[in-house]
Amino acid sequence: MFLLETIHPVAGTGMFANAWWMIAAPLLVAAILLIGGRMLDAWGHYLAVAAIWFSFAVGACLFAEMWGRPVTERVVESHLYDWFSVGAWSFPVGLLVDPLSIVFVLLITGVGGLIHIYSIGYMAHDPRRRRFFAYLNLFVAAMLTLVLADSYLILFVGWEGVGLASYLLISFWQERPSAAAAGVKAFVMNRIGDVGMVLAISSMLAMFGSVRFVDVAAGAAALEPMWATLIGIFLLVGACGKSAQVPLQAWLLDAMEGPTPVSALIHAATMVTAGVYLVVRSHAIFEASPVAQMAVVIVGTVTLLFGAWIGCSKDDIKKVLAGSTMSQIGYMMLAAGIGPAGYAFAIFHLLTHGAFKANMFLGAGSVMHGMNDDVNMRHYGALRKAMPYTFYTFLMGYLAIIGIPPLAGYFSKDHIIEAAFHANLIAGVCALLGAGVTAFYMTRLMFMTFFGQERWEPGVHPHESPKVMTVPLIVLALLSIIAGAVMNGWIQGWLEPAAGNHPHEVSLIPTPIGLLTIVVVLAGVALGWALFGRRSVPTTAPASSNPITITGRNDLFADAINDIFVVQPTGAVARGVATFDHNGLDKAVDSSAYAFGGLSAQVRKLQTGFARTYALTMVAGVVLVGVVLILTHLA
Amino acid sequence: MNPENFLILAAILFSIGSVGVLTRRNALIAFMCVELMLNSANLAFAAFAQMHGNLDGQVAAFFVMVVAAAEVVVGLAIIVMVYKTRRTTSVDDANLLKL
Repeated sequence: MFLLETIHPVAGTGMFANAWWMIAAPLLVAAILLIGGRMLDAWGHYLAVAAIWFSFAVGACLFAEMWGRPVTERVVESHLYDWFSVGAWSFPVGLLVDPLSIVFVLLITGVGGLIHIYSIGYMAHDPRRRRFFAYLNLFVAAMLTLVLADSYLILFVGWEGVGLASYLLISFWQERPSAAAAGVKAFVMNRIGDVGMVLAISSMLAMFGSVRFVDVAAGAAALEPMWATLIGIFLLVGACGKSAQVPLQAWLLDAMEGPTPVSALIHAATMVTAGVYLVVRSHAIFEASPVAQMAVVIVGTVTLLFGAWIGCSKDDIKKVLAGSTMSQIGYMMLAAGIGPAGYAFAIFHLLTHGAFKANMFLGAGSVMHGMNDDVNMRHYGALRKAMPYTFYTFLMGYLAIIGIPPLAGYFSKDHIIEAAFHANLIAGVCALLGAGVTAFYMTRLMFMTFFGQERWEPGVHPHESPKVMTVPLIVLALLSIIAGAVMNGWIQGWLEPAAGNHPHEVSLIPTPIGLLTIVVVLAGVALGWALFGRRSVPTTAPASSNPITITGRNDLFADAINDIFVVQPTGAVARGVATFDHNGLDKAVDSSAYAFGGLSAQVRKLQTGFARTYALTMVAGVVLVGVVLILTHLA
Repeated sequence: MNPENFLILAAILFSIGSVGVLTRRNALIAFMCVELMLNSANLAFAAFAQMHGNLDGQVAAFFVMVVAAAEVVVGLAIIVMVYKTRRTTSVDDANLLKL
């Protein structure tokens, strides 16, 4: 058994010294595409795709190299240069390639590469396609910086980079006011999380004198419990912002205003899972503080239920998937909060989720592509004949997410539910319930989209998407099928050097809890079929007085709550300050100006323009001086 | 002769000059009065030199003469230009600098 504490990073040599190319290539291409101008419009996107696959190739080589190394030498740290130093603190820039970051690299570049290919077709008619690909490459570079960083500071650089790329891509169709507003909303809510990150990094600097992962992990065990809890909570706030966890979840649903490949890559597969990565990467801190761990579990559990709740009540296909993403990340958070038993499962679910959720988002994009960009599922129906590739690939994603064995989601989610039951009965029951609800809303989505009656809007002629879009779908569907079974027995041992977890025996045969999960999932599917498969679906959402439905349709009133508790108080303070500024400061400054103006108007009257008056003044002055001199002389 | 008489004469001349500056509107007359005041000062300087038995006052009087000569050049030029543009030498009409 190897714990992180016993494994020291080895210096990056050979192939590992070239790891920075993975970040540099997409960054360089992003710069070229943005600076190059219109002459790159015709072929710039091929350059972008090539950059991502180049990064993937480098990542795959590193993975192969790491595979061949003994376990103790798999954590490789390569120092690039020294950024800056202040007093006793110095901030080197380095890359940490370890089993945890390398699977992220493969996920980001692999799924990202497929989504890039898909985007060639999806964005074919967009006049700003070159800029879109530049932003996507910028995102990939930032995301790779985030996962390859060897210190919290470098991680934060990537963290902000993905935030910027997310903002740019959500509001990519900037001519739509809703998209522009959604971008701003995501950006602002992420800043709240960033405050947590900055506080965490500052606290680490104060406590450990370093923000490198190895130093923090080494010092965490000896940390005072209060500080461990504080740093853990700060990190959790950062993770909540980036991963759209309650209470900072409201931006994710609006983020669906962005182009669908963006939703698939950033808001499903990679960026929103950065919070989970952060928690797992900081596991030493969380292990030092049971309170912070419990907070992570609570946040994860609440979010997985809230996300599922939203997923049940939305008619917008992308928002259903967004709610589902929230919910699945809640599962990952829950697993990451459980402790060493859950880290590997959190990452496992993250990887499988990255595959099947990207698959479903791209499938939704393919459906929208054929339906004139209509996202309302009530206008779909019976699309399985019109879009066979999309249907079958989506079906694989669907079976994977609800957890039908032996598809990917079954293994990863089942492990989390089981670990949750071992850790905490309430969390376990909630996770089990969440699995049932997931099955329900995904079944609803399937039936409303691909089965039932045709409810198409007039003039809409659904058609299958071009090959450049369906091929990535097929690859992702294959991953949705096999990823779970392939990684099931391997992932725990692989992550051990990085995540400090202890492998448990996992079997391919369902345990009692696994069987219970399958029963709950089938019940959810049956309910979904009974409500949406058997009956016909009305083309407008029926009015409902059910408070649960109303709450779900309104995103759990998250915007209203934010409005009451954050926006309105802030606005009131701002208005108060403005009133004071206007009536207090401005009036004071203005009135003193008026006073001086009036005074000078009086003084000005002395200037008559008559030279003789001036002469008289001078004579009077001279006489006065003379009199004073004489008087003082006499005295 | 009592030197104080020179000082009294200088004071009288200075008073005449200053009253002239204050009362006369014609710029040339006012200018001449200014010259009168300067020369009364010269007279006082010369008287003081005589009274104290040194040359300080006379040196000061020469300085005043030089300055007065320079001032006359500039002052007369200004008066001529004002007369050319405004056809008057009244100092009361030259009030354009008033706000």
